Amino acid sequence: MNLKAETLSRIDEVIPHYPVKRSAALPLLHLVQEDQGYVSSEAIEWIAEKLGLQPINVYELVTFYPMFRQKPIGRRHIKVCRTLSCAIMGGYRTCAEFQKQFETRLGDVSPGGDVTVEFVECLASCGTAPVVMIDDELHERVDAARARELSDKIKAGAPTDTGRR
Amino acid sequence: MIQPASPDLITVYIDGKEIAVPKGTNVIEAAKRVNVDVPHYCYHPKLTVVGNCRMCLVEMGLPAVDPATKAPVMDPATGKQKVNWMPRPTIGCATNVSPGLHIRTTTQMVKDCREGVMEFLLINHPLDCPICDQAGECKLQEQSAGYGRGYSRFVEKKNVKPKRTLLGPRVMLDDERCILCSRCIRFSKEVAKDDVLGFIDRGSYSTLTCYPGRKLENNYSLNTVDICPVGALTSTDFRFKMRVWFLKQTNSIDTESSAGANTVVWSREGVVYRVTPRQNDAVNDTWMADSGRVLYKEIRAAGRLDSVRVEGSESALEFALGAAAAILGKGGAAVVGSGRSTVEEQFLTRKLAEALKAKASLVSRVGEGDGLLVTADRNPNVRGALVTGLAAELPSATLGTLAEQIDSGAVTSVVSVGEDLAAAGLSEAQMAKISIIYLGTHANATSRAARVVFPTLTVFEKHGTLVNQQFRIQRFAKAVPGVAGAVDDLTVLSRLVSACGGAYLGSDVGTVWTALSAEVPALAAIRYSNIPDTGLLLDGSPWAALPFAEGASLHYKPGSAPQEAAARG
Ligand code: SF4
Ligand code: FES
Ligand code: FES
Repeated sequence: MNLKAETLSRIDEVIPHYPVKRSAALPLLHLVQEDQGYVSSEAIEWIAEKLGLQPINVYELVTFYPMFRQKPIGRRHIKVCRTLSCAIMGGYRTCAEFQKQFETRLGDVSPGGDVTVEFVECLASCGTAPVVMIDDELHERVDAARARELSDKIKAGAPTDTGRR
Repeated sequence: MIQPASPDLITVYIDGKEIAVPKGTNVIEAAKRVNVDVPHYCYHPKLTVVGNCRMCLVEMGLPAVDPATKAPVMDPATGKQKVNWMPRPTIGCATNVSPGLHIRTTTQMVKDCREGVMEFLLINHPLDCPICDQAGECKLQEQSAGYGRGYSRFVEKKNVKPKRTLLGPRVMLDDERCILCSRCIRFSKEVAKDDVLGFIDRGSYSTLTCYPGRKLENNYSLNTVDICPVGALTSTDFRFKMRVWFLKQTNSIDTESSAGANTVVWSREGVVYRVTPRQNDAVNDTWMADSGRVLYKEIRAAGRLDSVRVEGSESALEFALGAAAAILGKGGAAVVGSGRSTVEEQFLTRKLAEALKAKASLVSRVGEGDGLLVTADRNPNVRGALVTGLAAELPSATLGTLAEQIDSGAVTSVVSVGEDLAAAGLSEAQMAKISIIYLGTHANATSRAARVVFPTLTVFEKHGTLVNQQFRIQRFAKAVPGVAGAVDDLTVLSRLVSACGGAYLGSDVGTVWTALSAEVPALAAIRYSNIPDTGLLLDGSPWAALPFAEGASLHYKPGSAPQEAAARG
């Protein structure tokens, strides 16, 4: 496992917060995913070892929570809301536009490795639907045209941040 | 108030029947004692309670007390204490008895609960009983007949899951049949200490799986097949071989080590199809090792001896006995007995040694114990040899003394009861120097070198008893007839004894036991027929000082008096 020194120190810091080591499994999974972009089987085994568990115990968790990824993703992670408000306001069109722009399909890594586009459930910003998150930035009222603009910026390596989280 | 009959007993009422049960008993077990069936899937008496199947829902009530004074509230109509029934059902497996607890299992609410749970369990079940190996011993089948609604209201599409996953070399998984009770997971973790199974994709697609890259291949993996209440886990060996309702069950004992796990041998028309564990809470709980389950294959293994032979050619038993007696009668005879023989055979082996005025030796078979049910002593019955007086000490690793006596010419003939002398350390030259009489089931160097060979029976083909590491004498019965040509060990031994000048002691266990009880003080009070199914503890103290090979294992601590086990192992 090639974890950054900072991740390692955060891992060691977080474990003693819990009465039993086992309870640190979720925070560790988050930290490792943040560090590596996904949770590999190597990571599962590493975490199990670290917490005195068996790999199957950690694997059960990883497959239960949809937000843990078992495969690498693109450099930017585009999450398009598909819950009711966003769906009504054109979230599916937005999502299709992103896929077209990056010549990719849902869940795949786009050919150049730029992005992974995925649907997610309600992002709690229903009033400004359709809503998209790019990594941890919130983008509101993303219609197809706005999706094109954002795509161009990502392709050009330009910042997309709006300051909203 | 309810007076407990003894401090550790708690009185409860199940469907109105009063019963006193030990503290810590759960409702399922308490109900069992008054013959009330509380259907269940996930609960297993030897595993932790998880309460995830909800099949065991019952109605529960507690004796009413006045909240202020704590005085019992009486019902003027009956003159008894009132019962406060809970408005909602509760699971019986996770409810331990408390004084005055009332349980109802026959009410409409309980009936509705069971129907509801069954309906949910069957929603995604493939209902493929006609091609399922579990049919006939399937809890889902039994309980849907007993407690289900009888028809399905489900019109949607059923989930599709993997049908044929090999979890390990001996266990096959059909995920569609799995009802997610987690018994197999808990067994692997708690008993086999090999935590490799788990549920992934929890939700509508929950799937039992083995961690990718690992296998369920520990030596206890087949117990998961036994405890799986449905046909999700099947044995690769038994799968598709035979319908269980055609099979005859015979109580037997696992002979792979001195643990003496209790077993059931399943056979039909003289053919054994499988061996499974039989519950004995003082010995093996409900488990046995995978390695003990394949021993039945020896019955039909290549090299099985199936004819009496003298000097290499087939002969009549009568003639062979005469030939053996003639060889042994010349003097200089020695006897090699076996820790794998039954108590009865060992007794007759001793009698043979006495008739020949020969010394009897035993061959030790020591391996590594696994701390569970395969012990370090791979001879199942060394204690039997001690009890019957065949041996006074533990078998040695090699037949050193015998080898010396052969070299010096003091011993010129050897009777071996099932032991391969070559494997036990005699050289080819030493074997060539002596006349060998061999009794055994399979061909080996000794049977090939022997002048007289008596083909005998495997544990599946005869009756007898074995004494396990706890000094517990346990009985096994004949499951299938012996292979054609083989002769019962007792017949050969008894007749050899009488041919060599001893008294004839009979050739069936019952008759041999008459002599056994008369001559062996430790067995004086016992008859073959009155040994219970779970065995009888003998007094092992006369041999307490011997350095037995076994380490600690399930229900056994070396050097301590055997304890009658508590309910949980
Ligand atoms: S495979 Fe059998 S024992 Fe294991 S969880 Fe499924 S139903 Fe229960
Ligand atoms: S529905 Fe899209 S943010 Fe709530
Ligand atoms: S037996 Fe499964 S919940 Fe009680």
